[in-house]
Amino acid sequence: MIHSLFLINCTGDIFLEKHWKSVVSQSVCDYFFEAQEKAVDVENVPPVISTPHHYLISIYRDKIFFVSVIQTEVPPLFVIEFLHRVADTFQDYFGECSETAIKDNVVIVYELLEEMLDNGFPLATESNILKELIKPPTILRSVVNSITGSSNVGDTLPTGQLSNIPWRRAGVKYTNNEAYFDVIEEIDAIIDKSAALHNVCYTLDKVLSVFFCCFFFFKLSGIPDLSLSFMNPRLLDDVSFHPCIRFKRWESERVLSFIPPDGNFRLISYRVSSQNLVAIPVYVKHMISFKENSSSGRFDVTIGPKQNMGKTVEGVVMTVHMPKAVLNMNLTSTQGSYTFDPVTKVLTWDVGKITPQKLPNLKGIVNLQSGAPKPEENPSLNIQFKIQQLAISGLKVNRLDMYGEKYKPFKGVKYITKAGKFQVRT
Amino acid sequence: MIAKGKNASELFPAVVKNVASKNIEIKKLVYVYLMRYAEEQQDLALLSISTFQRALKDPNQLIRASALRVLSSIRVPIIVPIMMLAIKEASSDLSPYVRKNAAHAIQKLYSLDPEQKEMLIEVIEKLLKDRSTLVAGSVVMAFEEVCPDRIDLIHKNYRKLCTLLVDVEEWGQVVIIHMLTRYARTQFVSPWKKDDDDVVEEYNENNFYESDEEQKEKDRKVKKTYTMDPDHRLLLRNTKPLLQSRNAAVVMAVAQLYWHLAPKSEAGIVSKSLVRLLRSNREVQYIVLQNIATMSIQRKGMFEPYLKSFYVRSTDPTMIKTLKLEILTNLANEANISTLLREFQTYVKSQDKQFAAATIQAIGRCATNITEVTDTCLNGLVCLLSNRDEIVVAESVVVIKKLLQTQPAHHGEIIKHMAKLLDNITVPVARASILWLIGEYCERVPKIAPDVLRKTAKSFTNEDDLVKLQILNLGAKLYLTNSKQTKLLTQYVLNLGKYDQSYDIRDRTRFIRQLIVPNEKSGALSKYAKKIFLAQKPAPLLESPFKARDHFQLGTLSHTLNSKAAGYLELSDWPEVAPDPALRNIEAPEAAKEWTVFLGKTKKEKPSEKFYSESEEEEDESASTSATGRFWETNLHVSFFMSESESGSESEKEDKEEDSSDESSGSSSSSEESSDSESDSKESTVKTTSRTAEESGSEDIKKKAKGTTTKRNASSSSDSESSSSEESSSDSKSESDLKSGSEPGKCRKATSSKKEEKPVQDRKAPNKKDVFLLDLDDFCPVTSPVAVSAAAVLSPSLAADLEGLSLSGSSVIDVTTQVYVPTKTHELLHRMSGKGLAAHYHFSRQPCIFGDRMVSVQVTLSNTTDQKIENIHIGEKKLPPGMRMQGFNPIESLAPEGSITVSMGIDFCDSTQTASFQLCTKDDHFNVNIQPPVGELLLPVTMSEKDFKKEQGMLTGMNETSATIAVAPQNSTSLVIIERVVKAANLGVVPSGQDNIHRFAAKTVHSGSLMLVTVELKESSTAQLIINTEKTVIGSVLLRELKPVLSQG
Repeated sequence: MIHSLFLINCTGDIFLEKHWKSVVSQSVCDYFFEAQEKAVDVENVPPVISTPHHYLISIYRDKIFFVSVIQTEVPPLFVIEFLHRVADTFQDYFGECSETAIKDNVVIVYELLEEMLDNGFPLATESNILKELIKPPTILRSVVNSITGSSNVGDTLPTGQLSNIPWRRAGVKYTNNEAYFDVIEEIDAIIDKSAALHNVCYTLDKVLSVFFCCFFFFKLSGIPDLSLSFMNPRLLDDVSFHPCIRFKRWESERVLSFIPPDGNFRLISYRVSSQNLVAIPVYVKHMISFKENSSSGRFDVTIGPKQNMGKTVEGVVMTVHMPKAVLNMNLTSTQGSYTFDPVTKVLTWDVGKITPQKLPNLKGIVNLQSGAPKPEENPSLNIQFKIQQLAISGLKVNRLDMYGEKYKPFKGVKYITKAGKFQVRT
Repeated sequence: MIAKGKNASELFPAVVKNVASKNIEIKKLVYVYLMRYAEEQQDLALLSISTFQRALKDPNQLIRASALRVLSSIRVPIIVPIMMLAIKEASSDLSPYVRKNAAHAIQKLYSLDPEQKEMLIEVIEKLLKDRSTLVAGSVVMAFEEVCPDRIDLIHKNYRKLCTLLVDVEEWGQVVIIHMLTRYARTQFVSPWKKDDDDVVEEYNENNFYESDEEQKEKDRKVKKTYTMDPDHRLLLRNTKPLLQSRNAAVVMAVAQLYWHLAPKSEAGIVSKSLVRLLRSNREVQYIVLQNIATMSIQRKGMFEPYLKSFYVRSTDPTMIKTLKLEILTNLANEANISTLLREFQTYVKSQDKQFAAATIQAIGRCATNITEVTDTCLNGLVCLLSNRDEIVVAESVVVIKKLLQTQPAHHGEIIKHMAKLLDNITVPVARASILWLIGEYCERVPKIAPDVLRKTAKSFTNEDDLVKLQILNLGAKLYLTNSKQTKLLTQYVLNLGKYDQSYDIRDRTRFIRQLIVPNEKSGALSKYAKKIFLAQKPAPLLESPFKARDHFQLGTLSHTLNSKAAGYLELSDWPEVAPDPALRNIEAPEAAKEWTVFLGKTKKEKPSEKFYSESEEEEDESASTSATGRFWETNLHVSFFMSESESGSESEKEDKEEDSSDESSGSSSSSEESSDSESDSKESTVKTTSRTAEESGSEDIKKKAKGTTTKRNASSSSDSESSSSEESSSDSKSESDLKSGSEPGKCRKATSSKKEEKPVQDRKAPNKKDVFLLDLDDFCPVTSPVAVSAAAVLSPSLAADLEGLSLSGSSVIDVTTQVYVPTKTHELLHRMSGKGLAAHYHFSRQPCIFGDRMVSVQVTLSNTTDQKIENIHIGEKKLPPGMRMQGFNPIESLAPEGSITVSMGIDFCDSTQTASFQLCTKDDHFNVNIQPPVGELLLPVTMSEKDFKKEQGMLTGMNETSATIAVAPQNSTSLVIIERVVKAANLGVVPSGQDNIHRFAAKTVHSGSLMLVTVELKESSTAQLIINTEKTVIGSVLLRELKPVLSQG
């Protein structure tokens, strides 16, 4: 399956390589560089590249290319998914998945890769298991290790690998037992020009989908067996589960029953069926125009909150990829601050909290390159926002019961609604 | 250094010395180094081999596994025999983890030395039989690598793989699903109806309103043509839950499985999950969109509801955008075209010009596919011609050309407009297209055409080759239609062409000159020149570039690259006739059994469980208790609660019927089996169980002859049993013996009579007993509590009697209903709070007479006052939902200092919730509670070690809980352990082959799910305690209760 892995930074240096079968020379990456050059933008590098003897499957994460070399037929998603899992693991171990972090911990990285893949076939990919095999680095441990000469490699096989709850390690003990749920709902939407112009209630026609996920954070001792029920499970249209969830109970009772992994993980992701009307919590009034034959244009954007159950809209940030012809922008904002990067042509407006009494507004003049033709398309506005304590779909956690352990955990639920890929066309 | 790709091989000896290091981290790094450089320094690498060989024998499975890993990763041909040996050994290792690594090692060895193939296949065959979910994924991977064509190895394991699939780790799932897809394509008949049937079906769907009869007729027709193989159905059913996996690769694998294997009507369910994947990373999106694109060409309907999910964002990378566009175009139809076109308009304005160009092509394709909108599209495209961007204009020209070709009617205006554009457009393809158009339709634009030729002739030398060719073509065409005006111009152009650099153009020039310029030599051809040049040309078809990919299996690398990747295995076509499905049940009894068990498990239905125990019985000699116990349970059940149980069992039957009708479509073998069991249970449960009793009887006889040792544990416990029964029944026993005397007599006859008569006789027996029990009931008013308790006690003694009968008079009893009866009593009501009435209860560990889901509780009431307590009865019950309780009959009076034992039945629903009720006397009532220890919610089951392991294998995954405990030194002997465990919980002892492993089995009273307990003694007075059960909650509670039992002194 996976033959070798190369990590390449954005300047094109191969800074780590690992081979699981026989050694593949670095020169194979030349094909990749070629493709990268052709693609101009890093985003556009094709994930699958065919070379005369090998196939390169790559992912791009946190400014690093993970390029894997394979020789025979294999489902490409298999490799891609695995590479992402590797990146996730690094993130989990080192806090970030950057070149420096990997270089600093090259030994651990090597050990991890060794454990995760055997002869090109994934072996242990659950972070709970890996952490038992190879302990994540902490300052304290590195000090202790250097003094005592012990290593950060576990010397026993984690029971989880052998038992049947591979995602949970044995013997978890906490003095405070806590279970926190974050129900994070993200709204994906494309709002059409006409809808935005008329400032009518956005028709569902242009609202794409609402996509959500529940993140959980558990610090529970022993092996708790939890069951979680929702007030209105029928809302959930399409769900994907962490492997710990017992699918049959969900099928029959719509109850999530599971033995959770330790720590932070994503329990379920779900999509709300499109029949359920979802109100978009913000609206945008905009006036962007470029005058014909003159080197300036007008820019005027107002963001306002819609009905959202008395919750305030926070953390509003608007980013606009301006057309290439734009030289500079001269704007004034009633609230928050804005920056315009003349190189990438990205306008970022950090609004913050929206108060309905005084709507934030950003307006001013756009300077265009003289002589350049008028951009024919207005840029689309990408908006981010956050609403605390609100699940826009109306989903509510009903109750969480725990079996199998005697103690009473502290339970907390947090709802957050966020903008996912929220785009307003102008 | 290795990481940086530098050569570190000169350090080899120094590094390898460290292989014996104690520090695990250094050891691991040395392994890494070894794997990298061993190939280059083979001799030195051999030095380290002995270390690994030693490690292969290590008691720690982790070390064994890693030694095997490294050993097999060292690519030195000399050690092949050593590796082979190690793999063979590891493949029969106890630890599934080591076996998993053995499966990996197979691939490595194969790539090192393909000559070992035959031997390796043997090992694979062995490992394929493995039941562990850990091993399954790896071994299938090895199978795919080493011998993907040996499909015959899969037959026997097919059903097992299907059922295990859900529990296999996600990477294994992907591999197995792909393998099973290939397998299914060779083994099953196509579920896709033949073309004509397909039409019929569609017709059916469309014409909802036609008369029912017609409909039926057609349905019948469809049905006749195809019924799905049960195993095929099994595969589809078992993969469906995996669509919810978080792993995109798994979802994709299932999607391709459904695409290639499922009937067309069912494949639709995958689309929802695929659309979900679109929210993930760029790379995943890319692959998924590609696959959707291929799917959407063939079956539009699948993704139509998700049209909006494919709308393009301005921030998407270009490759994603174009793929989305592709899909949108594929999905276009009359209904949604207007929305789509509006969407396309936005895209055309995109800053990403490459994408804009692609959009124009897409519009062109929509226009050709949907004739209604062709005109609209054309107008829109013409508008685009005035676009400032050259690429956009050029693209639209090309598309317009294609469109006009399909509709050559009155489009003169457009052509004129394009002719004007010729001056501004520089993109060669576009210029060539315009020239071609003008040439083709030069008769429609007689004035402009010569003028265009004039202009282009002027710039001929500077044009691109493509354009030059078209200029020549235009000249030739004009010469033929309008030679008066263009003769000279054409000749000029031809002359230019004659001396062109490109041989292609020189060629063309020569050809055209010969053809059109009349001279003496020109023969017949020139007459037809006009026809040749101005023939009606067929319009080009605008096709999706993804059309070509559909012959590749979805989700594969080859599909993504649109070329055959190394090692790609073609999906075979459906066979005309399915190979013999019986291949898959070569081990018929076993496979079928597994299969039914699985069904029983999933349905969590009890009846099949019963049946299961029967089949188990057939297989195994030592197991008999459970069935016999149940025999009594049901017998008594039937006789005591005729009316009640009948309604109950009827509903059960109904359930079952539903099940089996479900299954009957699904499986031949299982339906056979299940219908078997169903009919059995329908006719009479007694019959079913009596058969088992009979069998166990005959087996017992055999056993007796052999003098097997299994009796040992039984005899000791049966002693205790009989003594306890004697205790509790006291004087009532003689009475019951008297009463039951007649019945055993009957039964003796029954057992001694011939087999054919057996069912009849047996049916008689319960009837008889019914009468007798009625007698008891009559007797009740006087000493009813006594009678009831007597009956409770009766069951084991009767069982013993009967068992004795079936043993034809032998005195040794080989059956235990319970191993141990706890003498510990719990206080129900203290005499102080009960105003002189004291009550204690204990669990008698007998099958309850009131219902087979109840736990029987014996309550001893004693009067500590000096007065009679009258009318003791149970008052208000406060039970949690689902729980049921059968109280004792009211006690008229209890004499001073007297005590009385009554029995109650409580259905605790397999939970440790408290049953509260009121204990009332004539003038008082007291609230009392009974809380069962979890160990009392079980009924012991006897099974053989083999069955135990099999069952345990089925109950892995989340159904297993385990803990390591310290065992007090005095507890380490097996007798003590058994004693202590059965004391704590009502478990049946399973004879064990190993001294350090003790196994216990039971089933829960309410739901009858198996509860398997394993105590494995380790060195240094620790023990591993493993509990396998479907009822994980009870399992973990039991685990916790058993822990102190073993650890305390």
